[in-house]
Amino acid sequence: MSEAAADSSADLVAAVKILPEFRGETSWEVPKERLVELMTALKKEGMTYLVDITAVDNQGEDPRFEVVYELCDLSSRKHLRVKTRAAEGEPVPSVCSVWKGADWHEREAWDMVGVKFSGHPDLRRILMWDGYPHHPLRKDFPLEGLPTEMPDIAFTAKAPLEGGPFVTSPAPFSHEREPRAHPAEERSL
Amino acid sequence: MSTATTTMEFGDTLARTAEMAPQLDVGEKLVLNIGPSHPSTHGVLRLVLELDGEVITKADTDVGYLHRGDEKIAENMTWNQFVPYTDRLDYLAPLANNVAYTCAVEKLMGYDLPPRAKVTRVICCELARISAHLLGLGAFAMDVGAMTMFLYTFTEREKIYNLIELLTGARFTTSFTRVGGQTRDLPPGFLDGVKEFSEQFMGKLDEFGKMLNRNRIFVDRTKDIGVISSTAALDFGLTGPNLRGSGNDYDVRKYFPYLGYETYDFEVPVGQTGDCYDRFAVRMEEMRQSVKILLQAVAKMPGGPWMVSDPKSILPPKDKVLTKMEELIHQFIVVTQGPDAPPGEVYFGAENPKGELGFYLNSRGGGVPHRLKIRAPSFCNLGILNTLLPGHTVSDVPAILGSIDFVMGECDR
Amino acid sequence: MAGTITGAMGYNSKVEGNIVLTTLDAAVNWMRKNSLWPMPMGLACCAIELMASASSRFDIARFGAEVMRFSPRQSDLMIVAGTVTYKMALATKRIWDQMAEPKWCIAMGACASTGGMYRSYAVLQGIDHLVPVDVYVSGCPPRPEAVLEALMTLQDKIARSRGVVLNQKQAA
Repeated sequence: MSEAAADSSADLVAAVKILPEFRGETSWEVPKERLVELMTALKKEGMTYLVDITAVDNQGEDPRFEVVYELCDLSSRKHLRVKTRAAEGEPVPSVCSVWKGADWHEREAWDMVGVKFSGHPDLRRILMWDGYPHHPLRKDFPLEGLPTEMPDIAFTAKAPLEGGPFVTSPAPFSHEREPRAHPAEERSL
Repeated sequence: MSTATTTMEFGDTLARTAEMAPQLDVGEKLVLNIGPSHPSTHGVLRLVLELDGEVITKADTDVGYLHRGDEKIAENMTWNQFVPYTDRLDYLAPLANNVAYTCAVEKLMGYDLPPRAKVTRVICCELARISAHLLGLGAFAMDVGAMTMFLYTFTEREKIYNLIELLTGARFTTSFTRVGGQTRDLPPGFLDGVKEFSEQFMGKLDEFGKMLNRNRIFVDRTKDIGVISSTAALDFGLTGPNLRGSGNDYDVRKYFPYLGYETYDFEVPVGQTGDCYDRFAVRMEEMRQSVKILLQAVAKMPGGPWMVSDPKSILPPKDKVLTKMEELIHQFIVVTQGPDAPPGEVYFGAENPKGELGFYLNSRGGGVPHRLKIRAPSFCNLGILNTLLPGHTVSDVPAILGSIDFVMGECDR
Repeated sequence: MAGTITGAMGYNSKVEGNIVLTTLDAAVNWMRKNSLWPMPMGLACCAIELMASASSRFDIARFGAEVMRFSPRQSDLMIVAGTVTYKMALATKRIWDQMAEPKWCIAMGACASTGGMYRSYAVLQGIDHLVPVDVYVSGCPPRPEAVLEALMTLQDKIARSRGVVLNQKQAA
């Protein structure tokens, strides 16, 4: 290994933050600038199977979004979770060049949570229809949806499950007391 | 690069298509839309194909026509309340989904199930596997022109439905598991029923095999069609029979055993070429192995409790709820606020009929998930279509779709 | 019966016993209700129960509705089986519009009837927002028996419909 390569890999190891183990699962956190570099190295090490990519919206935190990669090494039978964070509007580098299967996962993360992936060959919506204006899995998006360009059919109304779980609230009459989902704003009263 | 390596590299359709691409790029193109309502798309998949004559030159797979917002709904309810929604993910094998989901939550909570619950869940998973493969098989055979198979497999599925109905009260929206165990213990006569079914089913499987294995139409339409190489399958994240048909032996039950699968004696069938026929053959053999597991599970069913005992988070037995104050309070709290999960995140993958069904749970504590991501095997399996279809003719499309055996409810969630 | 009629020239008293007199409505309705060709709009889980009702055990052929046609132009009963999402809604409506009159619709299961357990941003709350529904079937999913019951209810409804001649005059 050349000196420069050794330098860069030592640097990469320093950039990775190892998170505390939980239920026997290992998680690493890496700054998004080093993500592709790390993933390429991991794939070379045997992490040939990309299980899943998840985007999490941690509204109120900075940076807001977290992208979680679940990797699996089939020969040594190990799982590894790699996480990276991104603020709103900041793109995360795409790992499509490392695993072809990342294509749809990244499209889904963009569709549902609105995390952009730079370098993705074809970043379109996948589950919602083209031209849908919102990202449904963001925490500030209500369960019953927001108005869209299909007003005749895509109407919104209060969702019975919104603001769940089922909770009880003190009230004089039993039919008001009984456990049921109350909309979030009603519950905070 | 030596010649030998080149031949190896062009062994699969993907590479062959890439090589053929310049030749395909002549003549007028026709864009053909298939779906979202089409008999061979098994639900609401939509394919936009670009054709040069009969040959597909470009494919665009459009999913999402059954996106129901399961992950958003999960963030609005307690851990136990989400169980019914897992029924409707892969609606051919609801019991297996229930098991996978609750196992994930139990991993988050740090529970170890009592032996009886584990064996019960193994029976659930394997019954679901047989039932799902039977439907996949019937639909696949129907897609390539053998209608009779469908009626035969449905007869067997009805027998499984009877067993499931005995166990859970519903034909296929079972909602059978709860965090920490099951809704109820096994009903009397259930194990005998499973045993009786398993014993007669082997004979039926032979019959099904005979109907298709040497059927010229079936073999001609599936052999060497839709070849996926082992590396391509892994690169696209394929799992289940689709990956194993390509010669990779990854099976979650063997690689990351759960529910005591390491104590059962079964084999993982693996294909050789990765064509449609291999995927069909892998499914046939998997059903045999499932029957083997079923018989072992019935023979070793232990007694004892079938729920974890943790009164703060697990639903107490109903008879105690009705007679004891303490249990009544606990039941009320667990039902209204949900089992109190520790903060943290876990991933749990289970071997479902379609592949690895994984749940990524992100908990901030309390009875509600912060984020629940479903790693749907059908979603990952369909991802390969855009690269797999080009180079095939339109008549190969039903065979390839049938052999990939996907469920849109799970793909779109 | 037909043989006797063609063989007879002019009035023949022997023919009388072989003729059934009825109204045009009753005759047409009888034909329509006993040969419904369903368009299985299989969208989700309910489609599996629809397949079960079509296959060996429940055998929808006993009610003359086994000819499942995936082409809307050949069918006259749309069975909406499963969750209708907004993305799918317009496609469903389009298929309904392509079906020839007279046509009927069964909303099978909770999702197709009301949105069911999916009150979320992506799901249409009942197919009746787009398409007139004749029979709603409860259940999640309904058992095959319930589907057959719905079919029989629809047959009763068709048998009671009036004005075949009137409608045709209006159409002309």
